[in-house]
Amino acid sequence: MPTFTILRVATVILLLATPAAAKQVERVVSPGGIEAWLVRDATIPLIAVEFSFRGGAALDPAGKSGLAEFTADMMTEGAGDLDSRAFQAELENRSIRLDFDAGLDTFQGRIKALNEHRERAADMLRLALTRPRFDPDDLERVRARRIAAVVAARNNPNNIARRTWWETAFPDHPYGRDTRGSEESLKSIAADDLRAFVRSRLARDNLYIGVVGDITSDELGRLLDRAFDGLPPRAVNSEASQIAPQGAGRLIVKRLGVPQSVIYFGQPGLKRDDPDYYAALVVNYVLGGGGFTSRLTNEVREKRGLAYGVFSALVPLDNAAAVIGSTATQNARAAQSLEIVRAVWREFGAEGPTQEELDGAKRHLTGSFALGLDTTNQIARTLVGMQYEKLGIDYLEQRNRYIDGVTLTDAKRVARRLYDETKLLVVVVGEPEGLASREPAEGTKGGG
Amino acid sequence: MRKPRGSAILGAATAAIVALATLRPASAPAQVFNPETFTLANGMQVVVVTNRRSPIVAHMVWYKVGAADEKHGRSGIAHFLEHLMFKATKSLSSGEFSRIVAREGGRENAFTSFDYTGYFQNVERSRLETVMRLEADRMSNLLLTDAAVDPERDVILEERRSSIDNRPGARLREQMGAATFLNHPYGRPVIGWMHEMRALTRADAEEWYATYYAPNNAVLIVAGDIDAAELKPLAEKYYGVIPPKPLPPRLRPQEPPPQAARRVQLKDRQVSQPWLGRSYLAPSYRGGETRHAYALQVLAEILGGGTQSRLYREVVLDKNVATSADASYSAFALDMTTFDVSATPRSGVELPALEAAIDATIARLLEVGVSEQEVEDAKARMRASAVFARDSLQGGARIIGIALTTGVGVADVEAWPQRIAQVTVAQVMEAARAVLRAERSVTGELLPDPPS
Repeated sequence: MPTFTILRVATVILLLATPAAAKQVERVVSPGGIEAWLVRDATIPLIAVEFSFRGGAALDPAGKSGLAEFTADMMTEGAGDLDSRAFQAELENRSIRLDFDAGLDTFQGRIKALNEHRERAADMLRLALTRPRFDPDDLERVRARRIAAVVAARNNPNNIARRTWWETAFPDHPYGRDTRGSEESLKSIAADDLRAFVRSRLARDNLYIGVVGDITSDELGRLLDRAFDGLPPRAVNSEASQIAPQGAGRLIVKRLGVPQSVIYFGQPGLKRDDPDYYAALVVNYVLGGGGFTSRLTNEVREKRGLAYGVFSALVPLDNAAAVIGSTATQNARAAQSLEIVRAVWREFGAEGPTQEELDGAKRHLTGSFALGLDTTNQIARTLVGMQYEKLGIDYLEQRNRYIDGVTLTDAKRVARRLYDETKLLVVVVGEPEGLASREPAEGTKGGG
Repeated sequence: MRKPRGSAILGAATAAIVALATLRPASAPAQVFNPETFTLANGMQVVVVTNRRSPIVAHMVWYKVGAADEKHGRSGIAHFLEHLMFKATKSLSSGEFSRIVAREGGRENAFTSFDYTGYFQNVERSRLETVMRLEADRMSNLLLTDAAVDPERDVILEERRSSIDNRPGARLREQMGAATFLNHPYGRPVIGWMHEMRALTRADAEEWYATYYAPNNAVLIVAGDIDAAELKPLAEKYYGVIPPKPLPPRLRPQEPPPQAARRVQLKDRQVSQPWLGRSYLAPSYRGGETRHAYALQVLAEILGGGTQSRLYREVVLDKNVATSADASYSAFALDMTTFDVSATPRSGVELPALEAAIDATIARLLEVGVSEQEVEDAKARMRASAVFARDSLQGGARIIGIALTTGVGVADVEAWPQRIAQVTVAQVMEAARAVLRAERSVTGELLPDPPS
């Protein structure tokens, strides 16, 4: 093992609001130039590494949807001299947890390993990233498993509702395609497609790494090179086009013989880098993000017993933004549920939150922030997100100030900007009484 | 569950099984969670699991009562009461509990299983006292009205539709449970049968609450940035003042010796992907031939615990008839439990061919036996999982809560690594021969109708 000099470009020490919450975030750059953000934590003798490559399932070639997720599954099916059985035996017998998955905008993975196995874990990751085998038998087995999952979801009302909404909101755009692919597209994917994916998309210039563990920055630097410095310097540049959600004002009813109708709804939202993002987070908490205390839950569930759950959520993507929601109600009362959702949405868009609701939301969102930093993986994932979204290394310290800075004027303005009931695209799957598909009323057609 | 998390809405029974499946404290030497324990004067057990990573705590109260304690004909009352615990008390209006927890930056939920009902709040540590005051309040001061009970009954009916009736796979598993337990209430769904849920009344809920909700029937578990010395004064102040009640014994009707293999088949238009499941009536830590409980955990790991397992290697890889094949077993139950096997066939493979492959793997294991190496490897993997289980705030609290409400002590949880380490090849085989028997089994088939 050659000797390395670790170049630590910057070490920034940050504290959360209370001293006991201190999470020191260090920026570590390896001798080979690989950057990672690190929180040192010796609570448990293990290391968690989360890593993400910009570019996900939205870049799947037309006709080959499902490629990114298929590749993710194949990344642990053998690499280098280790065939699938040998590779997985090595992982399991050392209890190294290594897996990959894909989102619309990113391809990511994670390692979790006991300290005693962390070098071996890094070697296994390096092998997977640089010399995956994609042997024919494994490819066919994983293909069959992925097709089975697509087939199993075919008549699932939640899946149909979600898929119909996304296909309608993003027609002729990769965001409208199922990231799992279809039976047909999965059958068309070959080993060469997977190889091209790995070669063109997994690189150092689109890579973000977060680490939590009992490790010094020097040790981490060596580990980063061991795992990642075999990657090519640059990914092939590609990006999906920008799109605004379509289908404003439409109601689509899909008949399926189930006792409960699933209702999925949404409209244009706003992006992560929008100056109103934190205000949107706060107002959406009031409308439908706050579990029991949200307006939607109060009206739909608590007062009327119309559903087990109802929520709304911001979906900020790299090339589009939406606010979506869902609920489910027995067929006889589904129309009533939808009517209540619409009324709440309309009123909230017009009036926004009250001062009391705003204060409650801010108190919850700031007070609960540390709860999301529970496990090593959650912390590491947050470190990745901070880099990906360019939030700054002091984000853990700053974030609650952004929330606290939202005024009632901001909140009312952003509620008005965000929630427009006439723009809702609604999908209902089941046998809802008194509901039928309809096109939007005049004047609300077109995108958002 | 009191409320859905994200878009994955799990049934109460499913949620319990999911939780159990991840509980694999394992065998580093010495101890696993290093909990501190004490008991209040009124009989309430208290456990503290210290984890100083962040200034947060998980506060949980577990009651030693669940769906298996329900009277015949009143299925679902344990879970219904769990929901109603968020309504008014003598000093709080309906929903105020949740509003206060939310305003204090807390996250909360509740869950019901066959043997326990639990409530939790995760909060920043300075807010611990607030949630203790609230949780202690609703242990004895719940005030139910028809106005609160009636819409909530509709909520649990919708929960049943979401988690079971809309899902053919969940409907089949419910039928398999009913076929497995001929006499024991474990054969009923935790959430209840629809027609009995509709008939549940406020009086049923009040009676349930009056009978079972008492400090001497509860366990307080606090995990996170706290130790027993810090917790004890608070526990005494809020929970210690609640008087105990006389409790009925937890005696449920037991299973007769099983006589015949059973088969249930669900054919439905909604099914697009067939599935095969098998449950074997099995002992637990507390029910049946309890000496097999540790060996059965090792057996499940060897038979179907991952990519090194027999089922994966033989049924998925070698014979290529399934896209997945697993075995699972949890020893936590007050009475008997099940050892489960399941598989999804590869396209073009009929269920009888898949079942034959699974049966061949089981038969070979019973005839040829397991090797010393297989047992050692399985035990090593299980040992490492104990370290991973300590990573999350609630990890240890959940395992200890399930243990203490199913008749297992904290010392047994801590001794788990050593107990697993002591399991021998002969014990694994003895357990396998005792449990993997046709007459103990229920086989479930999920099929499209009409066939695809």
